[in-house]
Amino acid sequence: MSQFTLNLIVVGASFLLYIGIAIWARAGTTSDFYAASRGVNPIVNGAATAADWMSAASFISMAGLIAFVGYGNSTFLMGWTGGYVLLALLLAPYLRKFGRFTVPEFIGDRFYSQSARIVAVICLLVISITYVIGQMTGAGVAFSRFLEVESSTGLFIAAGVVFIYAVLGGMKGITYTQLAQYCVLIVAYTIPAVFISIQLTGNPVPGLGLFSTHAESGVPLLTKLNEVLIELGFRDYTGLHTSTFNMLLFTISLMVGTAGLPHVIIRFFTVPKVADARKSAGWALVFIALLYLTAPAVGAMARLNIITTIFPDGTAAQPIAYDERPDWMESWEKTGLLAFEDKNGDGLIQYYNDASEEFASTAAERGWEGNEMVTFNRDILVLANPEIAQLPPWVLALIAAGGLAAALSTAAGLLLAISSAISHDLLKSVLMPKITDKQELLAARVSMGFAIVLATYLGLNPPGFAAQVVALAFGLAAATLFPALMMGIFSKKMNTQGAVAGMLVGLLATLLYIFTYLGWFFIPGTNMLENTPANWLFGISPLSFGAIGALMNFVVAYLVMKVTAEPPEHIQDLVESIRVPRGASGAIDH
Amino acid sequence: MSLDKSAAAYWSANLRVISICLVIWATVSFGFAILLRPVLQMLPISFGGTDLGFWFAQQGSILTFIVLIFYYTWYMNRLDSEFGVDEE
Repeated sequence: MSQFTLNLIVVGASFLLYIGIAIWARAGTTSDFYAASRGVNPIVNGAATAADWMSAASFISMAGLIAFVGYGNSTFLMGWTGGYVLLALLLAPYLRKFGRFTVPEFIGDRFYSQSARIVAVICLLVISITYVIGQMTGAGVAFSRFLEVESSTGLFIAAGVVFIYAVLGGMKGITYTQLAQYCVLIVAYTIPAVFISIQLTGNPVPGLGLFSTHAESGVPLLTKLNEVLIELGFRDYTGLHTSTFNMLLFTISLMVGTAGLPHVIIRFFTVPKVADARKSAGWALVFIALLYLTAPAVGAMARLNIITTIFPDGTAAQPIAYDERPDWMESWEKTGLLAFEDKNGDGLIQYYNDASEEFASTAAERGWEGNEMVTFNRDILVLANPEIAQLPPWVLALIAAGGLAAALSTAAGLLLAISSAISHDLLKSVLMPKITDKQELLAARVSMGFAIVLATYLGLNPPGFAAQVVALAFGLAAATLFPALMMGIFSKKMNTQGAVAGMLVGLLATLLYIFTYLGWFFIPGTNMLENTPANWLFGISPLSFGAIGALMNFVVAYLVMKVTAEPPEHIQDLVESIRVPRGASGAIDH
Repeated sequence: MSLDKSAAAYWSANLRVISICLVIWATVSFGFAILLRPVLQMLPISFGGTDLGFWFAQQGSILTFIVLIFYYTWYMNRLDSEFGVDEE
């Protein structure tokens, strides 16, 4: 059976499973559609949250990001997990007790203000729409690479599948498909990693293999990796090569941003009890950690594997000849994501750091005239892992299904956050308060349909700033939604004026700072300052600004609150009541 | 009156455990993994070819986060029933 047929069978089977679940879990009421009737088991919700959270970026890109930078990019590992501590301790239980359906709904009701609600809806839409573009393009790319169809055809298929289960099942359908998608993606991620870890260290647990002895050389794996990297002029893997200050700020921004992402927060509305919301955050992190503890091992081991493949007899000896390169290199060259150029015409592949001045003389002595592995796309790492480790073809088919599961599960969660903000917060709460439950459910389905069409359109015509928008989504979530939610729970005296002023300052400051360096609306050439550390205000990278935006939000909100009127008595009572679990409205029978 | 008092006591006990957990959260991630890494490197502990700071950055902090959330969940369930505010 050819690889193509195998991919088709595995991916097709996974899609049938998702659609089957959708038909079983149809939504009949708005409570079904927005919150799965609050009847989801906390452990199931944990797995669904993990799939919702882990996007194409976590599945495909993260190991590559760590592999080529090493210690410095540990920020992603800590930042994308540390946010769950904030969620479990500061937000999830109280928002569950409040017992509504959306994030803007909490902000609007708690701050007794339609303007607060509308500002929250705007922040939510900017965050979720920018985030969903990446998922749709990711799904399109995965389709085109594994199923050999046009990227746009792939995108339409992906949109069609999401349409079926998200529009039909709402949160209920999404929850149970996400559970299935989590199983697919974690199995797909772990299997190749286990085999590679056994090959390199003899340890079947990749996370432990990372800190074990490299079987071939007898020294620790990381020592070996540092050695070969330095021998080729690269910077060592475990060292710090960035500013401590920015590493710190970036980690804080990712953590606070994670805790403020609406599509993650709404998952905690689906569990039956307040105590379940706390527990569920813990389980979500367990399920996320299964991938996140493996990812740094995948990164380090793949980096070492690439070097030892090119220099089979050690870095001091000759590298392999281009004609004798392994098959996986040949197949990835066809995609353009991997490319070689024989600069000195000796037929061998010299891979080293030609930007290092210290290494230049060594390279000249050896007759090297530049790095000959001219392109190595970081996303190849995870996708080519099964081939690098020479695993059977069904493992590769599994990776295809896993990558698609990661992209689709996140897209569905985002689409639900977008559609509920429109149908519930704009339509029901602001524009047409008189509509019935049935009409609202229809509105929710229609806006979900529109959201999918918009996401597909943007996925087909990506605005060319896919990488930067992630910074924007996290920066805005950190600078707007997280502080507003936290103050709404922990400060009884926080009022409309303070919350709205804080959110607006956080929103504008973050947008201004990012656009100053990355261009207005990310249009190249419109940036007012060049994006280099020398130009950054106090050396703060635009990527790390979310932490500063959050701080500004807190300070402004506090100062404005001090000079304006206290919130009314019934609001202060509301805050009292969300602080205790007793009296939460439980699961709704269906 | 006594009810208000107990609600205040419940909330301040909650705030105390949140603060303790967040101090640990910040110490393992911002501390051990980033700011205090040079200090950890001076310890005579070699860990899988590198130092403890690197381990905390790549795995240790994540494992600590999990323990923190489950500890908080366990503590709060106890506190809820102690103050009679748990869900029936």
